Amino acid sequence: MFGTGLLKGLGVTLKHALDTFEDDRESVPDRYRGSLELGNNRRVIQQPIDQEGLLTIQYPEEKRLLPERFRYIPMLIWDSEKQEDRCTACGICAKVCPPQCIWIVRDSDENGKPMTRCSDFYIDAAVCMSCSFCVEFCPFDAIKMNHDYELAVYDRYPQLVYDMAELTVPLEYYAALWPTQYEEEQARRKEEEEQKRKQEEEKAAKAAARAAAKSAAAAEETATAGAAPKRSAAELQALAKERAAQRQAQAADGGGSDDDDAAAAKRARMEELKRRAQERARARKAESGE
Amino acid sequence: MAEAPVNDLGLEQDLADAVLGTWAEDTETAVIIAPDRILDVLTRLRDAHGYDFLSNLTCVDYQGYGGKLRGDVSERLEIVYNLYSTRRGGGSVALHVRVPEDDTVPSATSVYPGANLQEREVYDLFGVKFDGHPNLRRILLWDGFHGHPMRKDWHEAYYEEDAKPFRSRHPKGEYEFHEDKLPWSKNTTYPAGWDPDSWQEAVAYVPVSQAPQHENKPHLDTESIVVNLGPHHPSTHGVFRMLTRVEGETILALEPEMGYLHRNHEKIGERNTWLMNMPFTDRLDYLNSMSNNWAYALAVEKLADIEVPERAEYLRVIMAEFTRIVNHAWSIGFILNDLGALQTPALYAIEEREMILDLFEAVSGARMMCNYMRFGGVVRDLPEGWHGQATYLANERLPRALDELDRLLTENEILRARGRGVGYLAVEDLIALSVSGPMIRAGGLAYDIRKAEPYGIYDRFDFDIPTLPNSDIFDRYYIRLLEAKESVRILQQALRDMPEGEILGGRGGYTLRAPEGEVYGRLEAPKGELGFYLASDGKTQPWRYHIRSPSYINLNALGPMSVGYKVADAIVILGAIDIVLGEVDR
Repeated sequence: MFGTGLLKGLGVTLKHALDTFEDDRESVPDRYRGSLELGNNRRVIQQPIDQEGLLTIQYPEEKRLLPERFRYIPMLIWDSEKQEDRCTACGICAKVCPPQCIWIVRDSDENGKPMTRCSDFYIDAAVCMSCSFCVEFCPFDAIKMNHDYELAVYDRYPQLVYDMAELTVPLEYYAALWPTQYEEEQARRKEEEEQKRKQEEEKAAKAAARAAAKSAAAAEETATAGAAPKRSAAELQALAKERAAQRQAQAADGGGSDDDDAAAAKRARMEELKRRAQERARARKAESGE
Repeated sequence: MAEAPVNDLGLEQDLADAVLGTWAEDTETAVIIAPDRILDVLTRLRDAHGYDFLSNLTCVDYQGYGGKLRGDVSERLEIVYNLYSTRRGGGSVALHVRVPEDDTVPSATSVYPGANLQEREVYDLFGVKFDGHPNLRRILLWDGFHGHPMRKDWHEAYYEEDAKPFRSRHPKGEYEFHEDKLPWSKNTTYPAGWDPDSWQEAVAYVPVSQAPQHENKPHLDTESIVVNLGPHHPSTHGVFRMLTRVEGETILALEPEMGYLHRNHEKIGERNTWLMNMPFTDRLDYLNSMSNNWAYALAVEKLADIEVPERAEYLRVIMAEFTRIVNHAWSIGFILNDLGALQTPALYAIEEREMILDLFEAVSGARMMCNYMRFGGVVRDLPEGWHGQATYLANERLPRALDELDRLLTENEILRARGRGVGYLAVEDLIALSVSGPMIRAGGLAYDIRKAEPYGIYDRFDFDIPTLPNSDIFDRYYIRLLEAKESVRILQQALRDMPEGEILGGRGGYTLRAPEGEVYGRLEAPKGELGFYLASDGKTQPWRYHIRSPSYINLNALGPMSVGYKVADAIVILGAIDIVLGEVDR
């Protein structure tokens, strides 16, 4: 019969309308099941997959819960345990970047010798295509994807060219955004460090044993020959290794006053970076007339 | 003379002299043909050997190519034809024609009308002239554009270097913005004899490529006029223009005009390293980034001979089939939108799309710009809980949603009245016009690359290729619904059978140097056949990076399908081709 198809279709829409209407009359509508209440009408929405319909998110009061892997603009990691930037200015991220939006300035010491850290690091967020290749290929876990997507500004330049101060975040921030990946990564890093330490220890122990054997033999030799005892090359090497190990142990304990100074300087630099980032954020807000 | 391929093709003795040599020894049949004999060979292949589908036609500029010389022909430009048989399935025959810079090539449009848009693109980007083409104008660029940008000696304005990674993005130590320097200032040169002030866009070409069915009505004194539909109009699904000649409401001729979103993706692709192109493919058909990723990965894997682990194959199928459902739901919604059923069907159709995009985001980090696949697998394994959610979606929610969509729309009398018999074009004509995908299946031909030339692991799944007989708007709507249902079937099997294990095989990283050679890799994207034609000279960048995009080539049929129908129908006919301008203009 003519018109039955129309009626059938209208039946589908009517059912939807009734379902929504019914749900709206509940004190807490079903569509907010699974969401996080922040008060003042603010919510973080996470719609369960088995929930009927699709709910409208009342942005900006309500926001969606972003999955861990959400990628937006990269951020640089400040390792708060070691009190240093993880970035070593190796430049791999800048090489793999498809739109070539990364610009790294390598730091150098007072003699002009390049160092393994960057003095500045720029990302042009207007060019960045959020592909996350920089993250994938970074060998030092120094660059990660930020989740902050509210970046609207009035001008592209200089607002959207982020410098190092704006890009740097402490490790805890990253750990909060990417919990699973952070866990895995930390475990892997620990293991790697452990292995490295063990290898070095073994090496040192072996060298020491060799040196001891040699010196014993030498002592015997000298005793028999009656010549003055001299340190062999192997011995010297072993001693140097020992000293290096000692230094490392000290550094790990946070020992030596020199190291303290360096750490304090780094902390101060981090504070300075943070302050600059905040200033910049304020300036940006003022510019955008908020 | 290469004997073997000639025999393979079964070319009779009188055409053997047309074959100048083989392109490569270990690929599918690929022969170099003398330019003046190309039409004979094409005709013979089409009529006697069933190669009825001209899939890909493109050009490669071999100036400065470091690889080996093939077939003793050293001319600069090479036109490539990839032919397939829709009846038999199976692999392709590739024909190569080499010509010097200023030479002309006979146009294939008389044998394969589908060469129309592709030859225009080659003319536009490479400057190769095609003898006998009915409408050889620029297509993606405008008439005042100087030069042919895909030629190797044409350099992109204001970019520091020809290949990435740049030695320095900022040679002067600070940021310089291209928009401060570009266009209309120092950079603008015009072709010789071309004056911007006196230039006027010609409209006389409207009825050129299709003969108008102009009936003589002596008792009515009517006159046909030219009407622009678009480019700024929501019904064109982006920035796209249909230049029509109408008499009253009836369309006499229709010519698609495009290029408003053109960014010369292929030129960018030749400066990028192999891997860098992966996120760029997301931006082609931005509704289906997973399929685009896969098509590119497939072509490069074929070229560099990279193995894909089992689990990654399953993940690819799962992502691609979810993508197909997303695309078809979107397409159905917007066909209805174009018919005047504003928003309601569209919103009903894309409800589950959100769920799928959320899944994509959870696994890859982005809803639409997924950038998920790599050469030799996929980049991230599934997060916790993903498999359960996807299984629920595939087993419970999607079948229910598709059934509901079916109930909502299929028997609707208005949809049937508007859709039945509108936009008809016989399936033979569609194939001749190189149309692929749901359009030809809605015309009754069960041609689907997943079955005809299975890639990935599609030969393991139990699914059908739905076909419908009428080749009109209604069938093009309904075929998409049926295909989405088949995709659900594949999803259920893939999610059930997926093994544990590796997801990314070895050496496909950013230092990949693909071995010298050429490859045409294709797959059944939701919109039709998506192919990547790649040529390599063994360097870190592709020598040639060409995309055979279904949206673009399906537009061959837009004019012929629209002629004789009303203006309002043309909107739906375009909607039922299902184009995305990111892919049309590239």
